[in-house]
Amino acid sequence: MSAIIEVSGVSKSFGGVKANADISMTVAEGGITGLIGPNGSGKTTLFNSIVGYHPIDAGSIRFRSQEISRMLVPEIARLGLLRTFQQTRIYGAMNCVENMLISIPHRKLSLMDAFGRNTAEDHERALHMLEFVGLYEKRFLQSGSLSFGQQKLLEFAMALMNEPTVLLLDEPTAGINPTLINGLIDRLQRANSEFGITLFIIEHNMRVIMNMADKIYCLAHGQMLAEGRPDEIQDDQRVIDAYLGAH
Amino acid sequence: MSAKKLVLYGTLLALTIAAPFLFPNFKTQLATLWLMIIVALSWDMTGGQMGYNSLGNIFFYGTGMYVAAVVTIGIVYDVGEYTQASGGGIYVWTWGQYFAGMALGTLAAGLFCALCAFLIGWITFGLRGPYFAIGTLGVAIAAGELVSNWEWVGGGQGISMPNYPGDFDQFKLVIYYLYAVLGVILFMFVAWLYQTRFGAAINAIRDDEGKAEAMGIHTLRYKLITWAMSAFFVGAAGAISAFQLIHFEPLETAYQTINLGIFMVVCVLLGGKGTLWGPVVGAVMFQVFKEATWNYFLGWQWVALGALIVVVVVFFQDGFMGWLRYKRPEWFGIRVESKDAATEGAS
Repeated sequence: MSAIIEVSGVSKSFGGVKANADISMTVAEGGITGLIGPNGSGKTTLFNSIVGYHPIDAGSIRFRSQEISRMLVPEIARLGLLRTFQQTRIYGAMNCVENMLISIPHRKLSLMDAFGRNTAEDHERALHMLEFVGLYEKRFLQSGSLSFGQQKLLEFAMALMNEPTVLLLDEPTAGINPTLINGLIDRLQRANSEFGITLFIIEHNMRVIMNMADKIYCLAHGQMLAEGRPDEIQDDQRVIDAYLGAH
Repeated sequence: MSAKKLVLYGTLLALTIAAPFLFPNFKTQLATLWLMIIVALSWDMTGGQMGYNSLGNIFFYGTGMYVAAVVTIGIVYDVGEYTQASGGGIYVWTWGQYFAGMALGTLAAGLFCALCAFLIGWITFGLRGPYFAIGTLGVAIAAGELVSNWEWVGGGQGISMPNYPGDFDQFKLVIYYLYAVLGVILFMFVAWLYQTRFGAAINAIRDDEGKAEAMGIHTLRYKLITWAMSAFFVGAAGAISAFQLIHFEPLETAYQTINLGIFMVVCVLLGGKGTLWGPVVGAVMFQVFKEATWNYFLGWQWVALGALIVVVVVFFQDGFMGWLRYKRPEWFGIRVESKDAATEGAS
């Protein structure tokens, strides 16, 4: 598998805090890559750097061999590199269907298209995706009134609606009812295998990430601590130490 | 469109056409009502639908007035000479010249204001929330001061429009219908716009702009276009006002930040932000309240208006339509619907 995202030598500081120091990693096309690490280890900062949320201090980030570290958030999103948020961000005043319809891929939309209405096909896909994540019955409710877990599922469905090439998920299972987690894992895997979306996932739930990922990177104190297959990472003493605080 | 809606819209349209004949003594008040509807609807395009609360839309109203004046005078006479004479010279307009000025002036006012919105928006759309409101207010205040020092357009003395060549009663009727036509066009325009993907995109910007950016929506482009469209209608309404008032000056009439500049926001808050009918309902409520207090509580009218604003802001933040949606959610399509109950196309 070739690399679709190549991060090399990326550093990012906030004042005196070195959130990322000389990070290099790749995300393989078509695969599921995991990113783990203790709280405050710089995972979300790395995500934010990749999607253009803030400028990086040094290094290079390439998406399909194109340098994207100087591009703006919406430009990167239109390339097909999409992210979801740790705190879950949806359009609260609108119902689920409207949330889905807004999420149609705008990279395919000319200004004239924007002044048209959504097509029957758009509606059908929106309903299909809502059914895919199990929110079909709640589709006409204001999305802000849904539970946190349901909002996470909605955000995931919105991301799928956008037909991304790569999806960066920031803790997709956090705050989701344990019985729903299995369903979500299944859907993430199907998004990967059926829709062919490359996944790059930050996750604290080890059971989830060890089951899903082909390759895992572990960050600690803003530095790349370890990388490898899930079984290698699980047995890595440095990773265990980092999580238990020996580092 | 359902039959019920068709009847409703038909009745309202008939009422609009018949109103100045049904209430012949209230032509000016009815015209003002339409002005309020226009500025409220166009304010809501950015304030309610896009989440950018501008306090500077009055800039477009005032600028529209001046553009209309300059165009109308300019196509017949020299503007500088005309304002120098301050009404002392003899200037006459034929019917043809008057209406040509009106048509061109109104169109030019709209287009020029749309262009201004583009340029101002380029700078101010970097601001968020209250900073945007204050920033746009600053633009409006500064414009008023600048124009009042610009002698070519009459400076602080203001500028006079040509008198209507016909009789005064007919003039009132013409002004009423101009506002009404602009208002109806605006209403139909926004009713269509909010159904499009564009409408959905600006709603997304209102609810979470960061998310909209992360989803690849062209946020700046949509914001600029929305404000420009809004400015077009405010500018055109300002142009009609210029003809209606005949004489106007910069600070109290054209760039009247504390009157119309605030009234348009109050109308929208009364009726309900971010709804199609809210600004219309709000403008009617506001205009009735204003006329009633100005007539029956003269001397206390500003107190009453202030009290109204306080009550609305404290108790009815979502306005009339918001209150209605809370009481009757099913009228707005908010419901739990299982797959079996659905009649429309399920996947």
